Amino acid sequence: MEKLLEVKNLSVSFKTFFGEVEAVRNISFHVGKSETVAIVGESGCGKSVTANSIIQLLPMPPAFFKNGEIIFNGENLLDKTEKEMQRIRGNEISMIFQDPMTSLNPTMKIGKQIVEGLVTHQKLSYSDAKDKAIEMLNLVAVPQPEKRINQYPHEFSGGMRQRVMIALAMVSTPKLLIADEPTTALDVTVQAQILELMKEIQKKLNMSIILITHDLGVVADMSDRVIVMYAGQILEEGTTDEIFKNPRHPYTQKLLASVPRLNMSRNEPLHSIEGTPPDLYIPPKGCSFYDRCDCAMKVCKDHMPDFDAHSSSHKSRCWLNHPLAKIASGRDK
Amino acid sequence: MKKYLLKRFIMSIITLWTIITVTFFLMHSIPGDPFKKEGKMPPAVYENLLKKYGLDKPLHEQYVIYLKNLLRGDFGDSMKSRVETVNDMIRRGFPVSAYLGLEALLIALVFGPTLGALAALYQNKVPDYISMIIAIIGISVPSFIMGTILIQFVAKNVSWLPIGGWGEFKHTLLPALAMSLMPLAYMARLMRSSMLEVLNQDYIKTAKSKGISKAAVILKHAVRNAILPIVSVLGTLISNLLVGSFVIEKIFGIPGLGSFFVKSINNRDYTLIMGTTIFYAIILITMLFLVDIAYMFIDPRIKLTKEGR
Amino acid sequence: MNSEANVIKELTPDLFEPALREDKNAEKIRRPSIKYWPDVWRRLKQNKLAMTGLTIIILMIAMSIIGPLISGYSYFEQNYDLINVHPNKTNWFGTDELGRDLFTRVWYGARYSLIIGVLAAAIDFIIGVIYGGISGMSSRQVDSIMMRIAEVVYSIPYLLVVILLSVVFSKEGAGTSMFVLILAMTLTDWVPMAILVRGQVLQLKEAEYSLAAESLGASNGWILRKHIIPNTMGPILVNITLTIPRAIFAEATLGFLGLGFQAPKSSLGSLANDGLAGLAVGNAYQIIIPAIFISLIMFAFNVLGDGLRDALDPRLRK
Repeated sequence: MEKLLEVKNLSVSFKTFFGEVEAVRNISFHVGKSETVAIVGESGCGKSVTANSIIQLLPMPPAFFKNGEIIFNGENLLDKTEKEMQRIRGNEISMIFQDPMTSLNPTMKIGKQIVEGLVTHQKLSYSDAKDKAIEMLNLVAVPQPEKRINQYPHEFSGGMRQRVMIALAMVSTPKLLIADEPTTALDVTVQAQILELMKEIQKKLNMSIILITHDLGVVADMSDRVIVMYAGQILEEGTTDEIFKNPRHPYTQKLLASVPRLNMSRNEPLHSIEGTPPDLYIPPKGCSFYDRCDCAMKVCKDHMPDFDAHSSSHKSRCWLNHPLAKIASGRDK
Repeated sequence: MKKYLLKRFIMSIITLWTIITVTFFLMHSIPGDPFKKEGKMPPAVYENLLKKYGLDKPLHEQYVIYLKNLLRGDFGDSMKSRVETVNDMIRRGFPVSAYLGLEALLIALVFGPTLGALAALYQNKVPDYISMIIAIIGISVPSFIMGTILIQFVAKNVSWLPIGGWGEFKHTLLPALAMSLMPLAYMARLMRSSMLEVLNQDYIKTAKSKGISKAAVILKHAVRNAILPIVSVLGTLISNLLVGSFVIEKIFGIPGLGSFFVKSINNRDYTLIMGTTIFYAIILITMLFLVDIAYMFIDPRIKLTKEGR
Repeated sequence: MNSEANVIKELTPDLFEPALREDKNAEKIRRPSIKYWPDVWRRLKQNKLAMTGLTIIILMIAMSIIGPLISGYSYFEQNYDLINVHPNKTNWFGTDELGRDLFTRVWYGARYSLIIGVLAAAIDFIIGVIYGGISGMSSRQVDSIMMRIAEVVYSIPYLLVVILLSVVFSKEGAGTSMFVLILAMTLTDWVPMAILVRGQVLQLKEAEYSLAAESLGASNGWILRKHIIPNTMGPILVNITLTIPRAIFAEATLGFLGLGFQAPKSSLGSLANDGLAGLAVGNAYQIIIPAIFISLIMFAFNVLGDGLRDALDPRLRK
């Protein structure tokens, strides 16, 4: 598959009062054309920072890029000037945010907000822009779009607002859509509708999606491939099938086990992962999951393992993959 | 919306009526007789004076008469001036004060929010420090001191700027500047903090993610929302500005309503004090009312919530 | 593809033994935890402007107590041999048109300005907390009526009331008494505090921890004292710090309009008013010196209030 986006050895840090916080540590991944890649992990694992790095909306300072490249369509986005990035944002890469209640400007009419980017990029006339806004609202199934374009965000429900956000992000038919927890703030019933809508539009417009979420249900529904992040690093990567059916990293296994299932018996306890992720103000020297891992070994404390490939698309970073570990882990369990 | 407007209007009338009543009874509770200290006068003259100002009637009757006169727009006679009524003085003084006040308001409105927005955009950089210094001077130095400083150090050294008086545009410059500084500083501070808050909002990030220019993000999205709190305090600011004119008019010798008011205080001209106080109250409450309506048109969220109730 | 993974010379089987529980620190919080008030104080200390303000306030209070004592003059003593003397070695701030020592009078005036500011703020605080607290804790109707009343009171222009009251209650030729000045200032100025307290109470009444307290059977009074007041202290403190300069400003304006204390008593405002006459005849120091001190007080309280607000806002934590 042709690569649309390739992130290479990206490290992003924040300068804080206490010192440098390494939010993203040396991650590499790619997104193919018209592919959906999910980035999953607990809050604070660096997935949002990764997403915001691609579109370069991190507040700088305190954030800064330590090293790495973000290759989009063959060009390194980190080499671009702000002016050049403006041409890419909302044109080739769009973003949907978590909270539809706060991510629309309360004092601007919906229609204008939807086409604002397009007007800037494509120099549309007023009536063309208006038609385009109506067309987009139709696409995201907002009823009575002719009337709705002249309304303000507070006249919309949460689900409707997220539809507007999707329309806003899709209006320029971007090549890549970054969806940062697009359904987290919505009712469960609305969540499914929004996901369905995103899938549908993706098919129509043939674009790639990076889906940031901590909700594994959403992942199973939407994505082709999954990247599991923890403490600013990637621990496992594979197709959705591989990750769900054959998770290799203990963290991924625990993450999957913590999802409640409908067919669980009442007596079966809900699994949680004990403890909290490490504070990236002093990143751990060895494996970042060491403190919370049931299978942790002495080697894990001070040494971070490399990736091991399990198939052409599946790889994980864990000492359990090492030949010497087979004996030890067998004894452990 | 109509319901809200009506409610707001009734509230304004109640406020006004409260002020009128309190003022009236306060002024009439002052111990002593307003004419006693004018030396000895024949009893007949004294009786005439009492009659002329209606002071011979019981207090509640005086109150009703005063209210009736007010409704006709009649503020009564001055107790000290034999030639001018209170209405005459207001008619003479108010245009002067209004002109000065509007000029000061304009200065404050143009420079205050601009400075504040710049300060927020360049937080902890030179524009922020400059606007902070201006804001600190503005809130620390009362207008009467600012006026004095301007006379002492500017007017006395710049030959074409008069140190006082009234008549031409050049007469208005320094007093308007002295008056505007406090509201200007206040608006700059408010705008700075409101702008900083808005810049952190998600919708600013959305706007940026559309790839529109930085200027468009700031003007169409940030400033438009950040200015709302300023509009909501505009009424109070206008009120402060008007009251601030008392001192400024005194310093610069400007024949406005403020200087009449100050003079009436020093002269103990009770009808004039009462008249100007109530006139000021009318102006201010009207301003507050208008600002409130204006706010409803600027913030689309308000219409619906107020309508819903 | 991973260059940063630690390269180990030799992987021995014993490295693959299970890790010991003691080696793990899953629950340990590595970032130093910071308590609320010490952290506020730490952030306030970093704010140079606010600390300057605090220093000025402390110095002003100290000088307003000892200033009149160390000058060697009294505030009312007139000396016709020393009229309008410019600042010099014996009369540090010069003398006024009656030969009174300005250094003494300025500190004496500052004393009254400060007292008025602090008292007015204290009364505003008491009325505001009581009124706002009752309004916030009461039923919807009572709350609504109380707030309408507060709104009416507040739309009465502040300085106008102050002026009016001082006209009414001051006897002619006797100046305005401090009691009347403070009464006039607090008559409408308690409203912002009351609205602030009510808003906080309403907000916190619904907050989870007061709900938790209520579900455990705590009374309204208990919730108010133990949960709501400690949590509203921050904004209230800021409001008080900003009320003081407002009262001082109002008093100075009154003094300047000739409605302040009767001579020989003085406040900074009345000194500036006296000095205005001196300005015309070339004795600018008579107005400039009190003006500087009024501005300094206003400056100090305003920057301290601003600094406090910033320090109290956890969102601004760096």
